[in-house]
Amino acid sequence: MSAIAFWGAVELGLVYGFVALGVFLAFRVLDFPDLTVDGSFPLGAATAAVAITAGWNPWLACLIAALSGAACGLVTAFLNVRFGILNLLASILTMIALFSVNLRVMGRPNMAVLNQDTVITPFYDLGLPDHLVRPAILAVLILIAVLLLARFLSSDFGLAMRAAGANPRMARANGVDVGGQIYVGMALSNALTGLGGALFAQISGFADVTSGVGTIVVGLASVIVGETLFRSRSMLIALFACVIGSVIYRVAVQLALSADLLYLNPSDLNLVTAVLVALALILPKLRAGKRVAR
Amino acid sequence: MISVKDLHVTFNPGTPLERRAIAGIDLTLNEAEFVTVIGSNGAGKSTLLAAIAGDVAPRSGNIEIGGRDVTREQPAKRARRVARVFQDPLAGSCADLSIEENLALAWMRGARRGLGSALTVDRRGELREKVAELGLNLENRMADRMGLLSGGQRQALSLVMATLAKAEVLLLDEHTAALDPGMAEFVAELTQRLVTSHRLTTLMVTHSMRQALDLGTRTIMLHEGRVVLDIAGERRKNMTVDGLVEMFRRVRGGAELDDDSLRIG
Repeated sequence: MSAIAFWGAVELGLVYGFVALGVFLAFRVLDFPDLTVDGSFPLGAATAAVAITAGWNPWLACLIAALSGAACGLVTAFLNVRFGILNLLASILTMIALFSVNLRVMGRPNMAVLNQDTVITPFYDLGLPDHLVRPAILAVLILIAVLLLARFLSSDFGLAMRAAGANPRMARANGVDVGGQIYVGMALSNALTGLGGALFAQISGFADVTSGVGTIVVGLASVIVGETLFRSRSMLIALFACVIGSVIYRVAVQLALSADLLYLNPSDLNLVTAVLVALALILPKLRAGKRVAR
Repeated sequence: MISVKDLHVTFNPGTPLERRAIAGIDLTLNEAEFVTVIGSNGAGKSTLLAAIAGDVAPRSGNIEIGGRDVTREQPAKRARRVARVFQDPLAGSCADLSIEENLALAWMRGARRGLGSALTVDRRGELREKVAELGLNLENRMADRMGLLSGGQRQALSLVMATLAKAEVLLLDEHTAALDPGMAEFVAELTQRLVTSHRLTTLMVTHSMRQALDLGTRTIMLHEGRVVLDIAGERRKNMTVDGLVEMFRRVRGGAELDDDSLRIG
C-alpha cells in the first residue's frame, strides 16, 4: 500500500469517524438501533453539494447538512416516541423515505463538487502535501467533536440521556423525560452523520444517493473495533475509540483490497464488512459460551 | 402530605381479563408519617404505589401530593415530588454508570438538568459524604461501575439516591424482599434511619408482618383492592404478629393462611 493510499484511508476513516460517533450515541448511549444514518449520511452529502455548488460558504453548507441530518433523527424519534413504532422499523421508514428526498435535493442521482471551495481549500497553501492536509484538518475537526460530545455526555443532561438508554424505568423515576432524551439524542446522532456526509462530499468531490448504503454497518463496525481495542469506562476514551476504530477499519479494508493474494475486488467491500461485523458480534458470545460450559 | 381519594384502578377494562386491582381506596398520609402496607398477592399493594408514582392510570378518583392534584401527571414530571425504591435491586440504578454518576443522576431528580458538569468537585464531595454515612466502605469505590456491586449494596445506594433530592413522598415497594436476610435487616434499619432523619412521608409495601410492625408509625392492610385494616398509635403498639395474622384470617373470611408469600417472620 502506497503512502497516498494509506493517508487516503485515514482520511476516509476520519470522515466516517463522525458517523461512528453518531452510531455510538444511538446504539450505545440511547440503546436505539438506528438505521436512519443510511439516509442522513447521503442527505448531508447532498445538501452540502447543492449548497456549495450554489456558491455558499462551505462551513455554512456543513451546518445545513448537520441540521438536515438532525431533522431526519427527529422524524425517526417522532415515529418511535409519539406513535410507539418499533425503533428499528421507525428508522427504516425514515431511511427509505430519505432515498427519495435525497434524489429531490440533488435533482439527480449524483453530483460533482469539483473545483469548488471546500472547508479544506484554505489550508492547501500552508506547505503540507495535499494528501496530508486533508487528514490533518479532519483530525482537528473530529477532535473538537469528540471533546464537545464527551463534555456533553458528562453533563447533567448527558447523564440523563445515558440513563434513559441504560435503564428507562429508573430514569423516569428520577424525573428524566425519556422521550425527550430520545429526540435530542437522535437529532444529535444524525446531525453528526449529516456532517460526516457533508465532509465526505467535499473530500471525495461528489455526492451520490447510493453512498449511504451500509453506512450503519460501517459505523457499527467502527464502534465495535474501537470497543474491542480500548476497554475503558471513560466516556472520552470510548468516543476516541470509535474514531480510531473507524480509521483502523478503513486502513484494514485498504490493506485487504491492495493485497492481490486475497482476490478481493473493491465491490466485495460490503460483503467483507458484513462478515467482519458478524464475526465481531459472534466472537464475544462464543467466548462467553465456553466459559459457561466450563 | 399525600392523599388518595376514592381511587379505582382496573386492568384490561371491558375485556374477559378485566381485573379490579384497586376498588376504592381512601388514604391520607400526614407529613412525616411512615406507613407500612401489607396484604396478600394481588391485594393491590404494588398497584397503589404504581398509581401514586404515575406508572398506572387510575380509572377514577384522584391523587394529591403536597396539596397538588397529580392524577394526570406523567411519572417523570411527578418524580419531583415522588422518590422511589423498587423491589428489584437492579431496577433502581444503572449498571453501566459509576456509583457517583448514579448518585448525581438522583441528586438532580425533579430539577432542570443543564449542560453543567454532573460531577463537579463540590458535588463529588457531598455525594461521597452521603455514601460514607452508609458505613459500607463504598465511598472509596465511587468511580466503580454500579454493576460490580451486590444486590444489597445497590439497594442501600438506591435508598440513599431516593433521599438525595427533596421529595414529598417516598415509595418503597418490597425493597428488602430480594435481599439476603443480613442485608435485608441492614436496609430495613437504614430505611428507618433515613426516613426519620429526613422526616419523609413514606409508604412502604412489605411481605413481612414483623417488618410491617417494627418499622414506621402506622400499618394498613389491603385486601382485594380495599383498605381493611388501618392501625396506628397505641393500638398498633399493642399489636403482635399473631394478632395481625388473626386479623388477616378474619378478613379473608376464616380461610387458612395458606399464602406462602405472606411471611410471619
